[in-house]
Parts: sequence; structure tokens; C-alpha cells
Amino acid sequence: MKSWRQPGFWLPLVIVFLWGGIVLVLRQDTVRETAFTVLMFMALASSLNILLGYTGYVSFGHIVFFGLGGYTGFYLISEQGWPLLPAALAGGALSGVIALLVGLAVLRLRGAYFALATIGINEAARAFVSNFGPFGGATGLFVNFSAYEKYGGAGQALWTTFTFLWITTLAVLVVSYLVKHSRFGLGLQAIREDEDAAMVMGVQAPRAKTITYVISAFFPGIIGTLYFFKNGNVEPGDAFQLHMSIEMLVMVMLGGMGTVLGPMVGATAYQGLRGYLLTSPIFKDLHLAVAGLILLLIILFVPAGAVGWVRGRLPALRRVLE
Amino acid sequence: MMILQVQDVTKRFGGLQALTDVTFDLPEGQILGLIGPNGAGKTTLFNVINGVYAPNKGKIIFRGEDITGKPSYEVARRGMARAHQVVRPLHDLTVRENVMVGACFGREGHSLTQAAHKADAALAQVGLAARADQPSGLLNVAQKKRLELARALAARPFLLLLDEVLAGLNPTEISEMVDTILKIRDEGITILMIEHVMQAVMSISDRIIVLDYGQLIAAGKPEEVAANPQVIEAYLGDPEMTARLMGE
Ligand SMILES: Nc1ncnc2c1ncn2[C@@H]1O[C@H](COP(=O)(O)OP(=O)(O)OP(=O)(O)O)[C@@H](O)[C@H]1O
Ligand SMILES: [Mg+2]
Repeated sequence: MKSWRQPGFWLPLVIVFLWGGIVLVLRQDTVRETAFTVLMFMALASSLNILLGYTGYVSFGHIVFFGLGGYTGFYLISEQGWPLLPAALAGGALSGVIALLVGLAVLRLRGAYFALATIGINEAARAFVSNFGPFGGATGLFVNFSAYEKYGGAGQALWTTFTFLWITTLAVLVVSYLVKHSRFGLGLQAIREDEDAAMVMGVQAPRAKTITYVISAFFPGIIGTLYFFKNGNVEPGDAFQLHMSIEMLVMVMLGGMGTVLGPMVGATAYQGLRGYLLTSPIFKDLHLAVAGLILLLIILFVPAGAVGWVRGRLPALRRVLE
Repeated sequence: MMILQVQDVTKRFGGLQALTDVTFDLPEGQILGLIGPNGAGKTTLFNVINGVYAPNKGKIIFRGEDITGKPSYEVARRGMARAHQVVRPLHDLTVRENVMVGACFGREGHSLTQAAHKADAALAQVGLAARADQPSGLLNVAQKKRLELARALAARPFLLLLDEVLAGLNPTEISEMVDTILKIRDEGITILMIEHVMQAVMSISDRIIVLDYGQLIAAGKPEEVAANPQVIEAYLGDPEMTARLMGE
């Protein structure tokens, strides 16, 4: 398959590339902060979608990989003096290894049992980290200001972090597209539609699901490291927030699960809405309730999400809106 | 040469004895019909043969290799494909993509591009070429049965398990499907088929085996089996079926 000739491959990449590029050129802190949050959720939702959208396995506690990878990367930076890039990659690798170990066990479960198990994993990780000395226990870890010196001071370090996040987001989108359009991805979609029938046709479901789980855990580990490095500290309460997991799910469903563009659209729309709700006096404490309501409405009325809906209505656009 | 040997296979579901000491051989290149009343254990026997369930006792030998207890995807890769009694289209995928799954993950393990060609050939063979780009969920039952068959064929199996592919088809569709099955046999693919449409199964099978309450009660040429008193008795609970069997 010649991906680079497909408009559906380029569209998400060009959007993210141009957007990040403009932010870097404008060089305003507030613009960067907004873009950081949206890009972060785009990348997280896209990672989740590689598992949820292509195999149909609902990982409810997916934020655990953001937390564990983020903690690991942050620890390597603040306690071991590693530079940001290798630390972030190590954070991603750790999340991948955890997914491999956990996946072998929990991916045998189907449907609601799998979803519940993933919540359990998140809570277990939070409890473990809260009591784990090297990670600072309940108080967490702080980065020493001198760590930012390597990047030309704290201000410049934030721009470097943003640039890494931007590249990570592009990487997630490329991987998402390549998985979807590969032989491997066809096997995943067969698993999503009917796992037993897929296995009868020769799809090695246990192996395929585990590999997918590892891929979808790797990127959140990198993103977690970047996020906590930007914040300057990490603590259990920030790293394993179940509501972030749910928001990731809402974004994937809103934009369209199983599409490359969907999680991007969903993350942007959701963050826009959230920004509005948080500043509105009536809704400011209710944004999670609104998220829940959106999820319910999508599942009931537009299960394919925005991109899926348009693809269904306008088949001519299918090659563009992947 | 025996392509499939089933030896003393027993399968229990809790207290239910679904299969008891089932033993038979299937020579390469033949069509073997598997008949029996509803609930006799025919589909369960398929599930044990292709690795969906492990038997409680007994052995499955496929092309000389013991495959007992191997998961279904391992069995598929060794060249056994199956069309399900209850059709199982992958709804969100197109008809072509469904068949490509068979080609990609079956015996020959094709790449996507090759699989698309194999899929189109298999769809043409079963008469579904015109539907290739439709979502498979939109097909009618007869078309879904053909899709099951196309998916199995695209895997280029040595042995094809067909579970009631004629059920629910009208007489024209049945004769088309029978022609298709005979052509598949002529290509050298061995076929084991479960069938309730007696006239069809009697006319195309080289041999027939009969399952009743999980036990093999008869085996032989179609005319021998049709005349077997035990077989007639097994079907007595089902007057319509008995009449059809006697009518042969
Ligand atoms: N997974 C299962 N769990 C429990 N019991 C089962 C299971 N699968 C089949 N059975 C039981 O095993 C027996 C044989 O069922 P099977 O489906 O093999 O019959 P069959 O011969 O294919 O019937 P039919 O002609 O109606 O398709 C039935 O009593 C059925 O209820
Ligand atoms: Mg049956």
C-alpha cells in the first residue's frame, strides 16, 4: 500500500504540522499552552483509538500508561539527570513493557470485564506509586531548576517540550494510519467485528491484541513524561486521574472510533467545549457531567462519531477522511 | 491418503455429553456428508475439529499432524477453513475486506495487495463479485452464506468445513450452491459438509456419516446410509425428514 499517495494519510499530518509550526513561529506563551493541551489530548486519544477503534477493546483506565510512563521519565530527568528525549522514550518503553505483561493476562477478558480490569490496573498503579519511595510516595517528585538550564532556561525548555509533543503527535498519527491500512490492522478489525470468527480465519488474536495494546501504551508514556516535565512536578493525584481516561474515551467516540482523523477532531472539539464550560459560571463545576452526557448521546445516536458519520453520508470523501 | 482422522473424540459441556467416542477418517479429495437430527452434535464436532473447543478425550489428526487442542488460528493456518452455520460477517468491513481476511490469514498468508486479488477471485467464484464494495452487514442471508464460503475459499484450504450452507436457500439458490461446491471439490479441495437438505447432500457426497445424540451411528455410501434402519429410526422423531430420507 502506497500510503504517501493517499490524501487520507496526509490530511491529519498537514493540519497538525501547520498548526504546530504556526505556534512555534508566533512564539506566544498562552497560544503554546492551549496548543499543548489540545495536541496532548489528540495524541492520547489517537493512542487509545489504536486499541479501542481498531480492536474494539475498551481500555477504561488507559491513563495508567500516561501516569506510569510519565513518572518513569520524570524520575530519570529529576533524579538521574537524564536529558528529556531519552527519558521520554524510556517512559514510553516502560509503559509498553507494562502493557505487555498486563496484556497477556487481561486481554483474555472480553467486553465489560476487560474494561473493569483496566480500571483496576490504574487504581493499583496509583496505590503502588503513592507508596513507592524512589518516586517520592504521596508527595511525588519535583524537577530541580537546574535541569532546565540544559535547554537554555525554563522558558526555552517549555518550547522544546512543546516541539517534542508536536513531533510525538505526528508520530502517533502516522502509526495510527499505518496500522489501520496494514494486513495487521485488517486482522485487528476482524477481531473487533467478531473475535472468534477472526480466529477461525487464522487471525492470531492473542498476539495481535497484545502488540496493539503495547503500541497504544507506548505513546502515552512519552506524552506523560513531556507533560510532567513541563509542569515541573509529578504526583499520584495528577498522574492517574480516571476522569482523564474517560475524557479520552469521549474524544475518540465524539470524533469517530476506528478512524485516524476522528480522535483529532474529537480532542479539538472536546477541548473547545471544555474551555467554554470552564469559563461559564453555570457549567464550570459540571464539565464532567457534560462529558458523560455527550458520551451517552453519541453512543445512542451517532455511534460512528463525527468523522464516521460524514464517511457514511459522503462515500466520495472516504479516501480523504480516513 | 487420509487428510483428516478423528479418533475417539469425546466432548462434554458440563453434564451434557455432546460427543461420545466419535471416530472416522476422511480421504483426500472426497466430499463427506455429516447428517443427523437437530442437536446431534454436528456443529460441536466441527468446533472440536477446527480447534474452537478442545475435546475432553480423543485426537484430531490433520494431514498426518496431531492438531488436538491447537487454537483455531493454528488450525486455519495449516489449511482448514470453515463456513459457519450461523453466518458471521464482519459487519463494518466491506464484502471484499471480509474475504481478504481469509486470504491474509489463511494457509497462504497473503499480503494485502495479493489478498485483494484472491478475494475478488473467490467472490467471482461464489457469484458475489458485484457486492464487493458493500458493507457486509447489508447482504441478505443467501448472500451472507456465499460470503462465508468465499472467505473460506480465499484461504486456499486443503479441507473445507461447510456447516449447513444450503439452509434457508430457495431451490434455485440450492442448485447454484451445489454447483459451486462440486467445482470446489474438482479443484482438489476436500469437503466435510453438514447438511439437512437431504436430496442435495445425498447426491453430492461420496460418503455419509450419521451422528445421533453425539454418537456415530452409521457410515457408508449415501444409498447404504439412507437404507440403514438405525438412521431411519434416528430421524423418526422428525417425520418430514424421515419422509425425505425414505423418498431417496
Ligand atoms: N457452547 C456450548 N455450551 C453448552 N452446550 C452446548 C454448546 N454448544 C452446543 N451445545 C449443546 O450440544 C448439543 C449439540 O449441539 P450442536 O450445535 O453441535 O448440534 P447440531 O447437530 O449442530 O444441531 P443443529 O442441526 O440444530 O445445528 C446441543 O444439546 C447443544 O445445546
Ligand atoms: Mg449445527
